[in-house]
Amino acid sequence: MRTENLTEILRQHPFLAGLSDHYMEILLGCATNVHFAEGTYLLHEGEVANKFYLIRTGRIALETDVNARGALRIQTAGPGEVLGWSWLISPFRWHFSAVAVADVRAVALDGECLRKKCENDHDFGYEMLSRLAQVMERRMEATRAQLLDLYGTVPGVNA
Amino acid sequence: MTHEIAESATAVLDPMITRPVTLKRVIWETDDTFTLTFNPCEQGETFHFLPGQFNMLYVFGLGESAISISSDASHPRTIAHTIHRVGTLTTGLARLKHGDTIGLRGPFGSAWPIVAARGKDVCIVAGGIGLAPLRPVVYALLRERKSFERIILMYGARTPLDLLYRVELEAWAKVHNVEVLVTVDRGDSSWKGHIGVVTNLFSYLKLDAPATVAFVCGPETMMKYTIDELDRRGLRQEQIYLSMERNMKCAVGFCGHCQYGPEFICKDGPVFPLPRVRHLLDRKEL
Repeated sequence: MRTENLTEILRQHPFLAGLSDHYMEILLGCATNVHFAEGTYLLHEGEVANKFYLIRTGRIALETDVNARGALRIQTAGPGEVLGWSWLISPFRWHFSAVAVADVRAVALDGECLRKKCENDHDFGYEMLSRLAQVMERRMEATRAQLLDLYGTVPGVNA
Repeated sequence: MTHEIAESATAVLDPMITRPVTLKRVIWETDDTFTLTFNPCEQGETFHFLPGQFNMLYVFGLGESAISISSDASHPRTIAHTIHRVGTLTTGLARLKHGDTIGLRGPFGSAWPIVAARGKDVCIVAGGIGLAPLRPVVYALLRERKSFERIILMYGARTPLDLLYRVELEAWAKVHNVEVLVTVDRGDSSWKGHIGVVTNLFSYLKLDAPATVAFVCGPETMMKYTIDELDRRGLRQEQIYLSMERNMKCAVGFCGHCQYGPEFICKDGPVFPLPRVRHLLDRKEL
C-alpha cells in the first residue's frame, strides 16, 4: 500500500513526468516520503550531500552564510521543483543550506542509492542526468537574471 | 485578438500647454519610490485616462518627465503617479509636499487592451516600478471582475522593502480567482515568500495558453525573459502586450526623443502588442 502511494506521488511530480514504469521502479527503491515543519533545516552547507528532494508542497529557501551578514537567502523552491544536485557531483558536499519556510512535504531520494543505480544501469543514469541537467540549466538562467539586479533602475520614464 | 491596441488614446485639449495642479498627497511607498496624487481638473477641465497612459509632469525650474498614471481610471479627479527617484527631475519631484504646484500635460499614449481581453484569462507580469502602469489594469479588471476569467499577477522586486502597494497586493490576493504571486531577488530570514526572478513564478502556474492575454511591464531584460517563458508556455506573440519606456520630451511624436525603430514610444506606445516590437527588442542601441 505504502509503495503504491509513493509510486503515485512520484508519478505526479513534474520532474519525473513521462518516466517509464521500469525506471520508476528503480527509483522507488531509493525514495522516502518526508515532511519538514516550518523552520527545519533540510540540509546544511558543507555537510555530505546524500539526498535529493522532490518538493510536493510548501517552500524551502536556500541560504548561505555571509560572515557578518549572517544567513542570506538567495533562492526559494516550491511545489513541483527539485532541491539538491550535489549528491551527483563529487565531492558530494552541499554548497548551500536549505530551510523550510513553510511546512514542506517532499519525496527524499537517497543519493548514494541513486548513484549506485545510475552506475549499474547507464541508461537509467543518462535519464536521471538529462532531467537534472534541464533543472540545472533553468536554475542557472534564473541565477544569471537575478545577478543582473534588474530592478535597480528603469531607464526612461523616471528621469 | 487583433494586433492593434483596442483602446485608443483619449484626446488631449492642447497637448502642448502645461496646466498647474496642486499636490494633494505625497505617499512614500519605499525608500526611493513615492506616489503623488492630485486633482487634474482643478480649473474645471475634463480629464479622462486609460490604464497604461502617462502624463508629462513639470517641476518648475527643473523640467518635465513622462510618468505613468498609477491610479484607478474610474476616479479621474484624483489621479496618482508612482515615481522612482533616480535622477534630477525625479529627485525634484521627491522634494515636493502637500500643497505644492507642478505642471501637467496629458494624458498621452496607448493603453492596455482591457476591452479586448474580456472573456479571457489575464496574466500580468510586473517588475520593479513596472507595477505602477499596471495597477490601473488591476483596478479595471476587478471592477469588471465577471468579464474576465482567471486573473494572475506576478510581481518581482529587488527586496521585500522594495515591494510597491503591499497592502493592495494582499487585498487583491484575497479576491476570488485572483492569483497574486510575489517574488524578490534577495530576502532575509524574515521573508517567507518567494526568492528568485519573476519568471520562476511560472513554475507554480498552469496557463491555459489559448485563452490567456499577457500584459508585461518592467526592465527590458526582464520583459525578454518573460516573453521567452510565455512562449515556452504556448502563448502566441499576438497575445502578449508590453509597455516600453524611453526618455520622452514632447510626448506627441514631434521631437523624436523616444524613437524606437519605426515607432515613437510616446505616440505609438507606450503599450505595444509584441509583434510590433519583437524585432526591436534584441537590437542594441535602440
